Amino acid sequence: MLTGDAQKFYGLLFGIAFSTLLITQQLTIFVNLIERGASGVYNAPEAEIWVMDPVSRTTEVNYAMPSTALDEVRSVKGVEWAVPHLRAPASVRSSTGDLEGVQIVGVDDATLIGLPERLLEANKSILSQPDTVLIDDVGITNLFESGEDPIGQRLELNDQRAIIRGVADAIPSFTSQVTLYTKYSQALNYVPGTRNRLTFVLVGIKDGESAEAVAQAIEDQTGLKAETRAEFAQAGVNFIIENTGIPLNFGITVALGFIVGVAIVGLTFSLFIRDNIKQFGALKAIGVTNRKIAGMVVSQAAMVGSIGYALGVIGTVLFILGFSENPTFKGFYIPWQVPFVSMVAVIVILSLTGWLSLRSVMRTEPAAVFR
Amino acid sequence: MTMSDLQPQHMDTTAIGGCAPDAAICARGIVRDFQAGQSTIRVLHGIDTDIKPGEMTFVVGESGSGKTTLISIMCGILWPTEGEVKVFGTDIYKLSDTQLVNFRLENIGFIFQQYNLIPSIDAAANAAVPLIAKGMAVEEAREKAKQLLEKLNIGDQAEKLPNQLSGGQQQRVAIARALVHEPRLVVCDEPTAALDASSGRRVMDLLREVAVAHDRACIIVTHDNRIFDLADRILVLEDGLVTHDGSDMPDGH
Ligand SMILES: Nc1ncnc2c1ncn2[C@@H]1O[C@H](COP(=O)(O)OP(=O)(O)OP(=O)(O)O)[C@@H](O)[C@H]1O
Ligand SMILES: [Mg+2]
Repeated sequence: MLTGDAQKFYGLLFGIAFSTLLITQQLTIFVNLIERGASGVYNAPEAEIWVMDPVSRTTEVNYAMPSTALDEVRSVKGVEWAVPHLRAPASVRSSTGDLEGVQIVGVDDATLIGLPERLLEANKSILSQPDTVLIDDVGITNLFESGEDPIGQRLELNDQRAIIRGVADAIPSFTSQVTLYTKYSQALNYVPGTRNRLTFVLVGIKDGESAEAVAQAIEDQTGLKAETRAEFAQAGVNFIIENTGIPLNFGITVALGFIVGVAIVGLTFSLFIRDNIKQFGALKAIGVTNRKIAGMVVSQAAMVGSIGYALGVIGTVLFILGFSENPTFKGFYIPWQVPFVSMVAVIVILSLTGWLSLRSVMRTEPAAVFR
Repeated sequence: MTMSDLQPQHMDTTAIGGCAPDAAICARGIVRDFQAGQSTIRVLHGIDTDIKPGEMTFVVGESGSGKTTLISIMCGILWPTEGEVKVFGTDIYKLSDTQLVNFRLENIGFIFQQYNLIPSIDAAANAAVPLIAKGMAVEEAREKAKQLLEKLNIGDQAEKLPNQLSGGQQQRVAIARALVHEPRLVVCDEPTAALDASSGRRVMDLLREVAVAHDRACIIVTHDNRIFDLADRILVLEDGLVTHDGSDMPDGH
């Protein structure tokens, strides 16, 4: 019945698809953006435990420890290896003379633990060359004109020379700030000297140990804060949620998507019912039960809902694919929870509006058809 | 004073007492009030009548005389304020809601002035609605409906949507829908009102041909004096009372 009325069919389809698209797409961007609060953790894949000063909160919001912390951590039972890791902000003068804020990451000289897994240009051993820094791929777009080759470019960091000799395939940070990776010993030169500059100790655990237990042992024994990879990633995400207007902004858009869906679908539904109320009355007079009429409307609504939902999700996928080259959207994916949430939203929209409009059909007296 | 003293003057005195065993409809003491704002309007003032199978009964009368109200009550879609209605021996307003819905589905065919076909499904599917509602498989129901459409001379229109058909053709689809499940009672409210004279006549001829059988009753509400000659029996309603009951129109109409 519903599907035979092209105008209303497309109205419903549009309402559902639009809502699904808005909700799915916005939630996807939201989840991916806040996950970037954990990018520093994800970019150092070998670290199973992060040890830091008790006041440090995330990879970016940190406070340095005395360098003796490294040996203290190494002496804890269950620790297989522990390496120093430095993260500090700095300013860089680019080739065009602009000043740009960057994040310096100093990784262990010997093992290079703390580097992102993959380099796009060169290999990790290039760090042994003097004054070498690696730049993250998204950072390139902030520091250089498009088409300009970053390899071989000279930068000035704290009056020290730095030469870009490689590009790291890294997840961008929440602010898409440029990240420069270098050896720990070199990083100390780039970061203005204070007594304590060791910001993290990255830890690998022995086989058969649990990360939680070892982290607890480190805390007990050293008085430092130790978080497992998962805990520290979550802390980064929470920091974004708590300290930005992002959840509210996206929440509003998602709510709007839902409301627009309810409005379009509800309006179309009620128009449909109004236009067909006589036919529904005739069916009721003939002897079709309310239950059968409801079943008919529900199955058709379910069909329109599934098609509209599929279109909305496909739209989101196309959106993500379409922007996959854009550095802002690097690494974006659709977590399964997101389409699930929008599916629930679609079901709620359809049941709510469908129920409201079916009520008038249920109440229609069959005798009304003779009037 | 007894109840019968309160009965109005013009009642069908032949029907007082029990129902004839073969009556298609036996209506006794039908009163219907409607609420109009604060006041209550009595539209039917106690109607007693029997409808016999094998006959085409016309209900005529001026606009507002209560014709639609009466047949709605007789076919189980409008509760009377007082009185009882037996359709083929079943006291229909003693049934539960669901039983009554099923009773209508089994026993009654409806033809409406505005046809009320479902716009999005084709003629065959529209005609098949009662069969599908009764649980018959869609293909089988469509086949049966198509056979009936053939008989009504619109077999070639079976796959068309209602809005692709003329008024007369749509009313034939509606007739097919009313008859496809072979109900024992067919109720029509102004079946020709939306049609021009000649298609109205053709629809009525057809209805007479297919809807009247020895075990089937047909009630038609109409204003249309061009078709009065097709009636076996004419009931005239005036202000909620039956004022004439015979095989012809009374003199002066
Ligand atoms: N649901 C209702 N609520 C209030 N009044 C009603 C209702 N249905 C009918 N009436 C009133 O009852 C009276 C009889 O109505 P009914 O429809 O039975 O007349 P009718 O003889 O079929 O008229 P017409 O030839 O115009 O169709 C009218 O005065 C009408 O206004
Ligand atoms: Mg009427």
